[in-house]
Amino acid sequence: MTVYILCFVLFLVGLYGVITRRNLIKIAISLSIMEFSIFLILVLIGYIDNGLAPIVDPGSSAQIYVDPLPQAMALTAIVIGLATTAMLMAIAIRLYRKYKTFDIREIRNLRG
Amino acid sequence: MDTLIPLFVAIPLISAFLIILLGKLVNGFHRFLGPITLLVLLIMAVYEFTGLGKSSITYAMGGWASEGGFPVGIYLVLDGFSVLMLCIINLIGLIALFYSLSYMTKYTAESNYFALFCLIIAGMNGVVLSGDLFNLFVFLEVSVISSYALVAFGIGKTELEASFKYQVLGGLASMLILLAIGLIYWKTKTLNIADVRNVLDAGYSQSFYLFVQVLLIAGFGLKAAIIPFHAWLPDAHSSAPSPISAMLSGVLIKAVGIYVLIRLFFNMFVFSHEIALVLTSLGAISMVVGSLLAIVQWDLKRLLAYSSISQIGYVVMAFGMGILLLLKGDNEPAAVLAIGGAIYHMINHAVFKGLLFLNAGSLEHRLDTRNLKEMGGLSKVMPVTSTTSFIASMSISGIPPFNGFFSKLIIIIAAINGRFYLLATLAVVVSIITLAYFLKFQRYAFFNKPAGKAIQKIREVPFPMSFSMIVLATLCLALSLLAIPSVSEVVLRPAIDVLMQPELYSPTMIGI
Repeated sequence: MTVYILCFVLFLVGLYGVITRRNLIKIAISLSIMEFSIFLILVLIGYIDNGLAPIVDPGSSAQIYVDPLPQAMALTAIVIGLATTAMLMAIAIRLYRKYKTFDIREIRNLRG
Repeated sequence: MDTLIPLFVAIPLISAFLIILLGKLVNGFHRFLGPITLLVLLIMAVYEFTGLGKSSITYAMGGWASEGGFPVGIYLVLDGFSVLMLCIINLIGLIALFYSLSYMTKYTAESNYFALFCLIIAGMNGVVLSGDLFNLFVFLEVSVISSYALVAFGIGKTELEASFKYQVLGGLASMLILLAIGLIYWKTKTLNIADVRNVLDAGYSQSFYLFVQVLLIAGFGLKAAIIPFHAWLPDAHSSAPSPISAMLSGVLIKAVGIYVLIRLFFNMFVFSHEIALVLTSLGAISMVVGSLLAIVQWDLKRLLAYSSISQIGYVVMAFGMGILLLLKGDNEPAAVLAIGGAIYHMINHAVFKGLLFLNAGSLEHRLDTRNLKEMGGLSKVMPVTSTTSFIASMSISGIPPFNGFFSKLIIIIAAINGRFYLLATLAVVVSIITLAYFLKFQRYAFFNKPAGKAIQKIREVPFPMSFSMIVLATLCLALSLLAIPSVSEVVLRPAIDVLMQPELYSPTMIGI
């Protein structure tokens, strides 16, 4: 149970960062932290106590394996996360070239 | 016929790849391949639509058939609802791409634009076809990541800022969706939508799935810009190049937002009263607040963006009403009307909001401004834009011969039949407010005294742009035919059936 609570705390740390930070790069980092807390939850979902890596060996019988599907999901999600982070960084760098700052208080042309 | 299904995703992916690869080498390659791709997709979608009828087709990717009633591989499912969405996506996509042929000439790196456009289409086709939760998430990310790039395509100050905002909120939404998918897998040990339904039918814990459903409403609500989650939409949709605004407002928020929400709530989860109430009230709130926010805007594209929020509210509210009526169980015809009206309004909104954004694009193309105060008197010099935008405005505000009138009428009749008198009143009032702000747009853009610039020098937009607008304006009129019962029986009925009878959806998919 503790692990799940820690994951949730990690998620909240990321959310706190997204809401309070003023720096574009720090916002991107906070988003990544949130993302990784979700990946951890995904891997935990597939975890079974004393389970082995899911490589089925015909020789040994009656083994407990962890669920491989959430691991595959986590891997795919990491790749997608990489794409979103790269995109976010590209936009942040472009914004820096336009405004010469990463501070979101000075980048405010649009209002909701 | 089922071998055509994976091509809906594969063809645009391959075109995007080829455009990136050869676009720089062969001059004008992307201008040729882009529209051809979309045309082929549209023909395929229409072909599937005519052949499908009330049946549904399942395609097992990679030939992984089900083992003992348990789905192993990833499935693509084509049924009445998804084929309708496919037609809309590819139709609006084709028209917007044809329009871009002359609109995008003022931007650099045109071939990248066409490649991204193909990717966004591939993602959306995948989302509406996918029968697997995680696969759906992957396709959703494909389409939204390309839309982030397309919003920032102008790389001006506002475009970049809007794109950043869109990405932060979109990233948050994706995480909520991923978390919800993980939680569903945790309890049901399957990712197949139909199989999840089968597991849920055997019994489930209400409180856990309420939490999952709330996560999904927040996640897809952010993608669909229902009111408490709408903050990114006016910025992103007004900053993007106009054909992209038409795609985002017309199709993307429906395909990755409303469609998935509805598919999951109707075909995967068992209806619950609380969720239906939440959907109905969120829809009603965004309907009212969206229109009130739209009326004070002077930036044309922001006005249209807020009006999208308001019209999406109609759709969500009607679906919510449909679930409430189905749960009560004593008034099925009204539920059919509500759901049918919602689907009909979704189609109509794609057409007229697409057209309005293309109109806004034409005005921006010739005047270099989006401010309504700087326009005026354009009806004489830009007759095509003026006429088509008049048709679209009348159609979105619900004036009789056009399609918007009939879909709104059906939703209102459903609300009255189902004894939701407050919602019916709100729908009528919002329709009047909509008429007010579109009259404002018409008056300030086309009929007032010209402000500032000499308007004599302004000419009508080039052929690809005016042709696209005329096609959409014709569709605005033609879609009114769907209100005739015998036509809607053929077009809308299969979609309504799939949504109302989840037991139709599940067995065909798993193959038992």
